[in-house]
Amino acid sequence: MSIWTTFHKWGSPRWFYQFSGRLLPWLGGLSLLLLIGGAVWGLALVPPDYKQGNSFRIIYVHVPASAVAMGAYMTMAIAGAIHLIWRMKLAAMVMKAIAPIGASLTFLALLTGAVWGKPTWGTWWVWDARITSVLILFFLYLGVIALHQAFENREAAAKACAVLVIVGAVNIPIIYWSVEWWYSLHQPASIRFIGESSIHPSMLRPLMATMAGMYLFFAWAMLLFTRNEILDRERNTRWVQDIVCGDDKNAESNSVL
Amino acid sequence: MYFDSIGELFAMDGHGPYVWFCYGITALVLCVILFEARRRRLGAEQRVRGVVRRKQASANKVKGKE
Repeated sequence: MSIWTTFHKWGSPRWFYQFSGRLLPWLGGLSLLLLIGGAVWGLALVPPDYKQGNSFRIIYVHVPASAVAMGAYMTMAIAGAIHLIWRMKLAAMVMKAIAPIGASLTFLALLTGAVWGKPTWGTWWVWDARITSVLILFFLYLGVIALHQAFENREAAAKACAVLVIVGAVNIPIIYWSVEWWYSLHQPASIRFIGESSIHPSMLRPLMATMAGMYLFFAWAMLLFTRNEILDRERNTRWVQDIVCGDDKNAESNSVL
Repeated sequence: MYFDSIGELFAMDGHGPYVWFCYGITALVLCVILFEARRRRLGAEQRVRGVVRRKQASANKVKGKE
């Protein structure tokens, strides 16, 4: 199968709906298992940090929420670019589906960061580069949601959102390197892909669990929201009517949430 | 378990309220996301059913005229 046939297949809402239906139970089950397991591990089993004490346990929810909020934005930007370049409708649906999930995760990152800041830095909030750029990420997500609602025409909305999302992507490297470029209260990354991580392996393992769990949760939620968008937009087609009205053999695979 | 008792696990040497709040709010927000997905699913299904109902109603009208 050539790359173009694959691309074409992925662009078909019907094929995507049926394929994603098979992934849902795995994504849902595995993400909840990793998130709950990682949370218990991080809350009760690992020893406290020698400097921060027990407040460090917030890392197991704060870092995954922040990382996935940024990853979700990049996914949204790629979907936006695909929609602009190849006019793939499904990419526009994915872009729209990600915005509310990304906004929720960014909200979590900001809130858990503030609550972690209080016992650690002595303040809930500082206007430094890292925190301000994450706040901008939050507003970008809200902007995408608002822009979708502002247009009557679906095509025009998708195009405007794609442009906003792509331009806003410049914020992602700024967030990532802000703690290196500017003096900040926020600690620099303690996990590195290149070179040695400064976090102890016993503390790293539960973080890997909640991190993977959060990524899988995002994938799960993204598929659920995209599938709803597909049902809504394709409601005049026979295959969607068959699924909803129960004449279809595939109907049972759609009942996962 | 690292802690000696359930009481110590909740208190966490004074950091308990901060830590437990963060885990609680995370669980809550993730639940809200799933709840919202469900709500949208039901809404979309209702609109599909509306289309089917209208289609059937107009088909019946045509039959009645014949």
